[in-house]
Amino acid sequence: MSKIGTSKMRSFLVLPVIAAAALGAVALSYSPAKASSEGPEMEKIEWSFNGPFGTYDRNQLRRGYKVYKEVCATCHSMHFVHFRNLAEKGGPEFTEGQVKTLAAEVTVQDGPDASGEMFERPGEARDVFPSPYANEEAAAAVLGAPPPDLSVIAKAREGGPDYIHALLTSYTDAPADVTLPAGGHYNPVFTAGSGIIAMPAPLSDGQVEYEDGTPNTVDQMSRDVSAFLMWTAEPKLEQRKTLGFQVMLYLVALAGLLYFVKRKVWADVH
Amino acid sequence: MSGESTYNPGNGFSRWLDARLPVMRLVHDSFVDYPTPKNLNYWWTFGGVLSLCLGIQILTGIILAMHYIPQTELAFGSVEHIMRDVNYGWLIRYVHANGASMFFIAVYVHMFRGLYYGSYKAPREVLWILGVLIYLLMMATAFFGYVLPWGQMSFWGATVITNLFGAVPLVGESVRTWLWGGFAVGDPTLNRFFSLHYLFPFLIAGVVVLHVWALHVTGQNNPAGVEVKDPKKDTVPFTPYATVKDGFAMSMFLILFAYFVFFNPNGLGEPDNYIVANPLKTPAHIVPEWYLLPFYAILRAVPDKLGGVILMFSAIAVLFVLPWLDTSKVRSARFRPLYRQFFWIHVAACIGLGWCGAQTPDTIIIHSASGGGFDVTDLARILSGYYFLHFLVIFPLLGLKEKTRALPDSIADSVLGKSASASAKA
Amino acid sequence: MADIHAEEPTRRDFLYVASGAFAAVGAACAVWPLIDQMNPDASVLALASIEVDISAVPVGQEITVKWRGKPVFIRHRSEAEIAAAEAVDVSTLRDPQTDDVRLKNNPEGKLAKEWLVLIGICTHLGCIPLAYKGEYDGYFCPCHGSVYDTSGRIRKGPAPTNLEVPPYNFVSDTKVQIG
Repeated sequence: MSKIGTSKMRSFLVLPVIAAAALGAVALSYSPAKASSEGPEMEKIEWSFNGPFGTYDRNQLRRGYKVYKEVCATCHSMHFVHFRNLAEKGGPEFTEGQVKTLAAEVTVQDGPDASGEMFERPGEARDVFPSPYANEEAAAAVLGAPPPDLSVIAKAREGGPDYIHALLTSYTDAPADVTLPAGGHYNPVFTAGSGIIAMPAPLSDGQVEYEDGTPNTVDQMSRDVSAFLMWTAEPKLEQRKTLGFQVMLYLVALAGLLYFVKRKVWADVH
Repeated sequence: MSGESTYNPGNGFSRWLDARLPVMRLVHDSFVDYPTPKNLNYWWTFGGVLSLCLGIQILTGIILAMHYIPQTELAFGSVEHIMRDVNYGWLIRYVHANGASMFFIAVYVHMFRGLYYGSYKAPREVLWILGVLIYLLMMATAFFGYVLPWGQMSFWGATVITNLFGAVPLVGESVRTWLWGGFAVGDPTLNRFFSLHYLFPFLIAGVVVLHVWALHVTGQNNPAGVEVKDPKKDTVPFTPYATVKDGFAMSMFLILFAYFVFFNPNGLGEPDNYIVANPLKTPAHIVPEWYLLPFYAILRAVPDKLGGVILMFSAIAVLFVLPWLDTSKVRSARFRPLYRQFFWIHVAACIGLGWCGAQTPDTIIIHSASGGGFDVTDLARILSGYYFLHFLVIFPLLGLKEKTRALPDSIADSVLGKSASASAKA
Repeated sequence: MADIHAEEPTRRDFLYVASGAFAAVGAACAVWPLIDQMNPDASVLALASIEVDISAVPVGQEITVKWRGKPVFIRHRSEAEIAAAEAVDVSTLRDPQTDDVRLKNNPEGKLAKEWLVLIGICTHLGCIPLAYKGEYDGYFCPCHGSVYDTSGRIRKGPAPTNLEVPPYNFVSDTKVQIG
């Protein structure tokens, strides 16, 4: 019968074992139930914001914003994003002047004024991105299903930006054994509807003019808008990772110091 | 160990205060001079880690409550407001959300430590029971808290769990309506869950005080499971020995915590909870947070609704009577070779139950030739069966049948014996 | 067991002190976000500056706008009001200020004497004074009777200082930005 070993040696493994168990449990508990097991493999893209030191590509975010504004915003609202967010650090980082211009392109309802009437005025930095429809019912009436708000869509779907990119680039003709209902389109990535989605393919090559000369293929536009949607969902990503690095460094140093303190204190007991 | 207080007030103010409200004496006797067995290993640091977690959750929670709005139309937006506009709001929110998971990681380690080393056995029965009570309060607190962001999982998790109360015969429907404050989960439900979520952590803190008090009456258990015989040889003062060890353990724990908060803040969560709650659309898979999965699996293992509820609550209820189920005279699994094996099987069963809870019940694990096969529900039933077998059958029987190993004479001997044999081997 | 040598305590103490200090610094850094979160957040700061169209305010009238949750009076002063404000002997005032220092330049660089911009909160205990009331046709606070002149300066009553002038500037001849 094997002995457990000295208490000191064994219990040192406590934290690494727990960490491994925690991360293992995360992997175990969640992988089989994921939608991706029923759908096609999603392309895993090397996003610039991946990994512990990832950051957003400013130009990509600006291109992505243009795609959202010119294509997606026709149907999809973004209730939690304000024009002023476009100028904040860690995002597309437009200038204050550019933000003012972009905001002024839209009209916003305001009021009531002194005579009790609602009125329209040009948008300002503090305004929310405009909603294409007055309410969800009006939105649903157009295509049969309400287009979801896109503010946090990159966190609301398994696979995040990879899923969004895969969805936008996977529209194909329906296979022979699938009959499309009226208003339905075939997209194998859309497992939530078993491959049938109410949104028609929103992108086509050359649809959005890119000022920086990047080729505006469907794949490129999909990547750019997916990255932009990741930013709208996680605008503090860069601050989070930077602070995380500093905190980790500090904690490792602290743990090291406390370890030596512990050894010193316990020296005469061992 | 309740013995003579060794506190000696050093200055005039300390003497003055000590005569009126001996707090310094209490702190000194409980956390400075308190005799701690010298052979405790790192599994014993999780009590301190749990106190750290409770403190972090209360601190971040109170701050979040300064910005959160408990109304169905505004709740989700208020959380996004915290994430985007409030200074460091994203940090406080991620610490609180991941802190709940860290709290449960620590409490499971703490509980399994108790099971392995027999810390629930006499004279520590009340200590154990208070601990199970804390665990129950933690689960309720976590349940209330998860509803607050008002995502799809928040709403539907609340609906499923409150519906369970409807299974109780006669009064079930009334109780369910009473819990809801309406005919379904809605604004009244959200508001009261917010109030209770704020309240319960302070109930937890109160029971923790009782828990530590009960601990100090009997003294800690230790890896050898042998009681302290001579405090001078077997124990060391809590400060600085246990204080620095707990401090080191906390810093290591914080490293894991920081990994989740800064580099994987949504890894332990569900994407569906970033979709605003929709009472007219059920998500494809309703799953509770990972730390409730084993009980969810037990609930779904029983085909009958009321039966599932009873079995699920029994799984927790059985923990309360554990001290009387185990008949062994030996505490620590270190000296119980047979029990030790069953212990690890039990750990595997609990992890397995957690896995089952995350799957759809009809997912096939082993396909049979005729189609269908051994599915998740079958596995959940086997593992639930083992869970109860372990406590209700194995615990009593083992105590009577097991040949235990020879116990060391004292803690000091167990510490010295190891170093003696180690140096003999060297 | 181990002897305590003469040099050991200093090395050991240094380690303890260093660790304690390191932990304390970390705790202080950790506390800052918990305090800063109560400072005005981004959505509040976004409303910190407003632009007001003053083209529709006729001479001898004023409008009230909301800025940072407070009322701001924008008065289009007449020649008579300007003259009355300038004629005051500043040394007799409780809070001595000339009319000029309470005004700003227009976009052409000249002092815009006809525009008076004030935070409409009485400096006594915070009520909102009434416009064109009181002995000087400036402002009168009904709560405790403070009287202000056509430059918003305190003349009678319990208020200790003149009505506060907020930070503002003329974006154009018809637009003023407050804050």
